[in-house]
Amino acid sequence: MDYRPEVISKMSALYAAGSGSFLKDSPELFNRYRESAFEDFKRLGIPDRKNEAYKYTNLETFLNYQYQEYYSPLPADFREAEKFHCEVEDLDVWNMVLLNGFFPNGEKGLVMLPGGIWVGSMKFAVKQFPALMEKHYNKYVENANDGLVPLNTALATDGLFIYAPKNTVYTKPVQIVNLLHSDKDIFVQDRNLVVVEDGAQLSLLVCDHALSPQHFLTNTVTEVYVGRNSRFDIIRVQNQHNNSGKMTHTYIHQERDSYASSNNITLHGGLVRNATWHHLGGENAETHSYGLFLADKHQHIANFVKVDHVAPNCNSTQLFKGVLDDNASGAFNGRIMVHKEAQGTNAYQSNNNIILSENARMDTKPQLEIFADDVKCSHGATVGQIDADALFYLRSRGIDAREARLMLMFGFAHEVIQNIPIEALRDRIDNLVHQRLRGELSRCASCAIQCN
Amino acid sequence: MKDNFLLQIKELKASIDNKEILKGLNLEVGYGEIHAIMGPNGSGKSTLANVLTGRDIATVTHGSVTFEGHNLLEMSPEERAREGIFLSFQYPIEIPGVSMVNFMKTAVNEQRKYHGLEPLSASDFLKLMREKKELVEIDSALTNRSVNEGFSGGEKKKNEIFQMAMLEPRLALLDETDSGLDIDALRIVANGVNKIRRPDTSVIVITHYQRLLDHIIPDFVHVMYDGRIVKSAGPELALELEERGYDWIRKEADVSEESWTTDQK
Amino acid sequence: MENDQDKILNDVTSGEYKFGFVTDIESDSIPAGLNEDVIRLISSKKKEPEWLLEFRLKSYRHWLTMKMPTWANLRIPEINYKDIIFYSAPKQKIAPSSLSDVDPELIRTFDKLGIPLEEQKHLTGVAVDAVMDSISVKTTFRETLAEMGIIFCSFSEAVKEHPSLVQKYLASVVPYTDNFFATLNSAVFSDGSFCYIPKGVRCPMELSTYFRINASNTGQFERTLLIADEEAYVSYLEGCTAPMRDENQLHAAVVEIVAECGAEVKYSTVQNWYPGDKDGKGGILNFVTKRGICKGDDSKISWTQVETGSAITWKYPSCILRGNNSTGEFYSVAVTNNHQQADTGTKMIHIGKNTKSTILSKGISAGFGQNSYRGLVKVLSKAEGARNFSQCDSLLLGDKCGAHTFPYIEVDNPSAIVEHEATTSRIGEDQIFYCNQRGISTEDAIGLIVNGYAREVINKLPMEFAVEAQKLLQISLEGSVG
Repeated sequence: MDYRPEVISKMSALYAAGSGSFLKDSPELFNRYRESAFEDFKRLGIPDRKNEAYKYTNLETFLNYQYQEYYSPLPADFREAEKFHCEVEDLDVWNMVLLNGFFPNGEKGLVMLPGGIWVGSMKFAVKQFPALMEKHYNKYVENANDGLVPLNTALATDGLFIYAPKNTVYTKPVQIVNLLHSDKDIFVQDRNLVVVEDGAQLSLLVCDHALSPQHFLTNTVTEVYVGRNSRFDIIRVQNQHNNSGKMTHTYIHQERDSYASSNNITLHGGLVRNATWHHLGGENAETHSYGLFLADKHQHIANFVKVDHVAPNCNSTQLFKGVLDDNASGAFNGRIMVHKEAQGTNAYQSNNNIILSENARMDTKPQLEIFADDVKCSHGATVGQIDADALFYLRSRGIDAREARLMLMFGFAHEVIQNIPIEALRDRIDNLVHQRLRGELSRCASCAIQCN
Repeated sequence: MKDNFLLQIKELKASIDNKEILKGLNLEVGYGEIHAIMGPNGSGKSTLANVLTGRDIATVTHGSVTFEGHNLLEMSPEERAREGIFLSFQYPIEIPGVSMVNFMKTAVNEQRKYHGLEPLSASDFLKLMREKKELVEIDSALTNRSVNEGFSGGEKKKNEIFQMAMLEPRLALLDETDSGLDIDALRIVANGVNKIRRPDTSVIVITHYQRLLDHIIPDFVHVMYDGRIVKSAGPELALELEERGYDWIRKEADVSEESWTTDQK
Repeated sequence: MENDQDKILNDVTSGEYKFGFVTDIESDSIPAGLNEDVIRLISSKKKEPEWLLEFRLKSYRHWLTMKMPTWANLRIPEINYKDIIFYSAPKQKIAPSSLSDVDPELIRTFDKLGIPLEEQKHLTGVAVDAVMDSISVKTTFRETLAEMGIIFCSFSEAVKEHPSLVQKYLASVVPYTDNFFATLNSAVFSDGSFCYIPKGVRCPMELSTYFRINASNTGQFERTLLIADEEAYVSYLEGCTAPMRDENQLHAAVVEIVAECGAEVKYSTVQNWYPGDKDGKGGILNFVTKRGICKGDDSKISWTQVETGSAITWKYPSCILRGNNSTGEFYSVAVTNNHQQADTGTKMIHIGKNTKSTILSKGISAGFGQNSYRGLVKVLSKAEGARNFSQCDSLLLGDKCGAHTFPYIEVDNPSAIVEHEATTSRIGEDQIFYCNQRGISTEDAIGLIVNGYAREVINKLPMEFAVEAQKLLQISLEGSVG
């Protein structure tokens, strides 16, 4: 039976009941879009497998669940979150913790880092930078066929705001730790905006953790504006437990001569779907989309990527890899779209997967759509096992079969990790992946909180 | 108890996809000896290397192989390697994402563990790498990359010899190590092998041509044909082969089987 | 240089369609439109047994519940089924028992198309079934083949003479409910070829069916059924042309292939239906369901297609690899020029153990043409040791066309190895310059390069037709580069 009408009516009831409170608490800018966004959600519904973008991803187990809370965290939870520290040797970052999509420390809603970069709450940003928010908020999302995006626009009340004004450069990465912690099962909607103005540079590290064993579902929408001649890197490390579902929708809009990269490292999570749009809107821009997942048990990990070559002479690459064990399933859905005007495009896409067990399953759909002729585009996809020749080579040097297999899987994964632009972070993620492959808990050694 | 031979192969038969490739091969290699196995394409030379190192492409159907008195065929590929068998591959495979350093460190320490030794410390290991690199004249930058990834043909072969230096085998199998090498690279590779060799290290050189044997001088030369060793002699045999090709061997070897048919004509 | 190439592109892409003439022959046509009475009429005209009429009616009733598929990357003009004539046969007084009974106008038509119906004139080693509009005109070499137990005849004759075989295999690969167009075909199919190769027989000659649409406002709905019994072998080729007409004409065919243990079937298509004029007016709407099943162990089905015609092509010749160690192959060259659109590819369904499939697709787009590859490789959980390799290349000539690749890969077995590669590019200026420098004109250079690009596929065609296909490719494309 189709579970979706019931979820939609539940959402409608929630929206109706909650609208009083969150309309009151939210800035006008957010409220302005809610009504029509909710209508869009009702029209588009919850994507099912008839939707090409969700052909291999079934949201039912996570969406068809009685979540108890949808909007606001309870004040008591903040205390737990404040205990969280993520101090990593050699990794010099500026760090901020979000709890269930909200800022624990309400008063310091927006701070300026050395160099002039602003980081903080969306709500506060509307007050401080009204024109900027007006210009960018809800401008880059594509609502055409995914109801979850307008659902976020309709329900989200806060999220992360980062603003790198013209020519500002912050040398340290900004680290955002997204914690999920509650004694209730909750459905979180967070809405983020990153604006990197002309000539600015910013790298952002987002770590997702679930601290309590409850059921969580997160529906995240992030809009990113990358101005002329600027650079933006985002690295996500997703490490949540198997009762937790995560859906991200990231829209990266690039102007001319800009550079952007996105790297999604998924170590754990019951259901994770990362959708990333790269919009190359100005000439001579460059964009890279990377992803790696390691899935076991009944986990389902999906990556959806769309690279839109709208302007001429842009370059793009996509590299996504997955390792699947037990009953895990994975999906890759990547598309390169080269518009008529985008002559001189170079676009590459690659998706490689290793299946380790009888019951694991991988579906992949690498696609090209090309309307310009002066282009170089290619894509490749493989689903297979660890290369037998490589395995023998290692064993012939005295490395035992299990260890050799691990090394090869690690090497397979490292090809994605090596593209992380921050060396200390690269090493740390290598380490996390190592632990994960060995079946150990992928937890940073210095972390005080017992996740998993 | 030390066996008389390091390696002893008796009546070895092996098949690939039910096709018999090795058809009753006998070979004895003593300590510190250099043996060359020569022969035309398809005579089974590479299959022999596969069987000795435990590659499961070929199935052994008959015969025995002992290494220092132990049954080699019962061992896994990694056990054989730790016992001291080293294969320099004809086509070394590229392994993207696996760094040379990590690869070699793992191999060296696994071997040490097997022999009851403590693992090398990071600094000792790097020191060892440095020494061996110098010994085999391998470009330092190569060891900073992934295993064989993007290496030229010559670099791959040098990297094999470097690994041999690191692992100090008892028995080195050089499978067509000279193929695709220019004169300089050939000299470097051959010198490397000679420098690495300890007095009791044995070497089996599998090759088509004489030229590698100018640098690594064999004690014995065997000619392999149709899955068997059909002729064994001293180093002068290699020169004879170089001069006369393999046709005469082919005729000599075939005579016993096909003379009857010939008579019928 | 750029301008020269554009000019040459224009010159050659406006080349005329060679087969656009109309044969002036009286037809026996039924009124346009479709209802149960029309289906009964078709069935009675063909003097069909009751079970076949039932099959048609069952299909028709199901078709009424279906909607036209919209998922393909195509802009399809509205098809009004009320205006289509579902049965049209060139009028002949009596069923032709020998060539002298065939209307001379028909013989002339097929001569003009290069398909002589007289056996002595024919390319040696090729038996032909010639189909015009809804019926089969003549099948050559029937007697020669019959001596070996090979049945090669029109579908209608097969229904009369080999009803049990037809009943056993009809719709066994493409069920009547399969898809909108296959279901329509099941309701109204007119004629087509039937072929049965008995156990252990290697068919000594190429079998071929030549399809010709002649009458206006008619749809063509042929049905082909090809059965290779254990250890049998056959190579089969179909060709098709149609007159130039301003309105679109619908062609919705079904081809079913069954390969038993150890059997091998090679099925080649040179599709040259009228593509419409250079402004996109008219042309055949080609919606075809082709599917083969490798039913027995060690069987093999190989599809080769050269698609140069039709305003719209929608077809996915597929293989169900059910037998262990069975093999499926798909080799395709698809050309879209002017306003042609193609959405074509294959499905390889791996069910048996150690099944192998190879896909090689070469798309060429010119003018305003839109060319999509759509393919599915599916490895079921029991398909231990399945192996697939796919290569899908696209070549763009000019900046107004498009090339699209939509592969679907679904793997449910850990021992499977599936690889897909695709590239899109245009002819390199350095390649053309290289040819120029050797004294080859730009136009010839492009011809050479395109042919080189398509060679791997063309080489899979039976020799007699490879040359034909190569010429066709040149005619539909020569020299186009932007």
